[in-house]
Amino acid sequence: MLFSAEDRFTALTKQPLKAIGTANGGALSTWESIKSIHAHREVLALLVRRDLKARYKDSALGLVWTLIRPLTQLFIYYIVMGKFLGAERGIPDFAIYVFTGLTVYGLLSEIISGGTSSIVGNGGLIKKIYLPREIFPLASVGSALFNFSIQMGVLIVALFAVGHPSLHTGLLYFFPALAIIVVFGTAFALLLSATNVYLRDVQYLVDVVLLILLWASPIVYSWEMARNIMGDGVLLALYTNNPITLAVLGFQQAFWVGGAPTAAFPNDLLMRMGIALIVGIVLLFGFHRVFARLQGNFAQEL
Amino acid sequence: MTDSPETNDAPDIVVVKDVSKRFVIRKDNSLKERIVTFGRIGKRHREEFWALRDVSVTIQAGSTVGLIGHNGSGKSTLLKVLGGILDPTTGTVARRGRIAALLELGAGFHPDLTGRENVFLNASILGLSREVTEARFPEILAFSGIGDFIDTQVKFYSSGMYVRLAFSVAVHTDPDLLLVDEVLAVGDEAFQRKCMDKIRSFQEEGRTIVLVTHSLGQVADLCDRAILLNKGEVVFDGEPRQAVVNFRNILEGRRIAEEEQDAPVHAQVKRDAQILSAKAQAADRLPGEMLQMGDDLVVTAEIEHLTDTDEDWNCAIQIDSTQGQAVYGTSTRLLGKKLRPVKGPRSIQFTLKDTRFGTGKYFVNVSIMHPSGVHIADFPQACSFDVAYNPLAVGTVYAAPSFSDLGTTK
Repeated sequence: MLFSAEDRFTALTKQPLKAIGTANGGALSTWESIKSIHAHREVLALLVRRDLKARYKDSALGLVWTLIRPLTQLFIYYIVMGKFLGAERGIPDFAIYVFTGLTVYGLLSEIISGGTSSIVGNGGLIKKIYLPREIFPLASVGSALFNFSIQMGVLIVALFAVGHPSLHTGLLYFFPALAIIVVFGTAFALLLSATNVYLRDVQYLVDVVLLILLWASPIVYSWEMARNIMGDGVLLALYTNNPITLAVLGFQQAFWVGGAPTAAFPNDLLMRMGIALIVGIVLLFGFHRVFARLQGNFAQEL
Repeated sequence: MTDSPETNDAPDIVVVKDVSKRFVIRKDNSLKERIVTFGRIGKRHREEFWALRDVSVTIQAGSTVGLIGHNGSGKSTLLKVLGGILDPTTGTVARRGRIAALLELGAGFHPDLTGRENVFLNASILGLSREVTEARFPEILAFSGIGDFIDTQVKFYSSGMYVRLAFSVAVHTDPDLLLVDEVLAVGDEAFQRKCMDKIRSFQEEGRTIVLVTHSLGQVADLCDRAILLNKGEVVFDGEPRQAVVNFRNILEGRRIAEEEQDAPVHAQVKRDAQILSAKAQAADRLPGEMLQMGDDLVVTAEIEHLTDTDEDWNCAIQIDSTQGQAVYGTSTRLLGKKLRPVKGPRSIQFTLKDTRFGTGKYFVNVSIMHPSGVHIADFPQACSFDVAYNPLAVGTVYAAPSFSDLGTTK
């Protein structure tokens, strides 16, 4: 600590006067944002921990609750879709198949729904203190990733339990698939969190859209079934090139060892994933610009 | 005034240039309403108002600046613009050094986390690394006086504990610039004194403090500069005492305007009495001349009884300093006199013998009260008087001082 006023003044004189507020300078200001988020990474880590800690505070089961929801979903889909409706025909290790898809989808849905409400939810903080506002949606991404890692742990244990551990080169699909989900999730979390400040309808809309997305990718049924119905036309191309479908297929390639080698998958999956990733990065950049433009008025709109 | 170091050669810490801030108030907040009122019709559903207009302020390091103004004058908005929480609509704000802001209770506290967890979170938000926070934690805890409650969830804290912990964290982040928005009024007296001491030591250490407050006494006491805002514009910037006086004039003007606006309403309520005018003056001096120590002060008021009544009323005067502190008061009740009502105007007079007021301006309030204590008519700041400058002492009470050295004692 400095003690004398003169020392403090000298130290201050050495620092440049920095303009505060949002600059609208294109790529350069994106770089500035990244720098300032980096400077606040400790806060980001603490906010993620706060989210996780506060969520299950005062509950006896605590973190176990993060697992109960996906496991219940798994149970319902396995029984209803698999057994009653017969979706498991032609899909070996159906439980693993569904859980793999649900894990991917769960990550995306948590990033987007958590991210969307992050700015409004942290309104108290935003109105009183300046922090790079990107931190709040990013903290949602962080806590979603944490829950995702727990689910992944369960999935891996389950793979060993059914005797099909995923020790093969297909495992490499995991990385681009995860990247797609994180990039798209973050991009939309940024966009939606900012628009939600101005229009609170967004968060309800997001719930509805997420529900549709669950069924718009091969999570509880197979891609082959979709192809059989849609045929090889534009519709299938649209369906397949949906980044969530690509990520789900990527995860299935990686972990659904019992069925992946024999099941039908779209051609050039890796290339499609690469393109999706590039599109995602462009979107991330663009949506961040939107976010940066909208954030100046957050404090007064909250 | 304060003992803060000379600020002449101090660097600028905040430079605000031509800042204006516009708020748009929308009356349609859902998607449906937005779509229905899209486009030009939508314009009707919005209202604009300027919270700040062309504000330019340069604050030098080491100064303590008070922002004053009535509710809605833009002072809190200005503070938020300084803190980077609101972006100005036009104009620029440049700043340097580490900043800590204390805007409202427990900024950044999460109710479900314990005090300890919140200290780390809040310190990190204010830009302190984990190691530094750990090193300063005992100090923070000691200053807050929270004790064992530190491991309790913050939602169980009282509002006083909340603000104590928040203030304690903020002042231990080694800020160059501290922004304070009216939060200190929450703590108990002992803690408030502790805060004031901390602010004074901050001043000695050359830290800059910008504070929004409604306590004009605090402004005159703590600040070496005051900025008076009215309707988003800076109307005065300089000596705190002068700012306080100007502020009172604005408030008085507003009060009169409001009263005139309300007049038709009031006219229907039948009033029993009114105070027409008052003047205060030294007994043996010309009108307008300053009061000297030991003078008799004569307060004369013209009052009027509007109704016939047989109750004995009381008349009271109160003398306030420019800081709004009551320094003297007396009434017919205390003097054992009755004010038998007679319909029509009349004159009354209080004489204060051998007064010893300190240097400065004083305001006289006149009231007429029912025997039960209900006020029938009030005339705040009905008149004022000035007390001549006494070079030997300061304060609101004057006594001729002398000094003698009694030599060393055992």
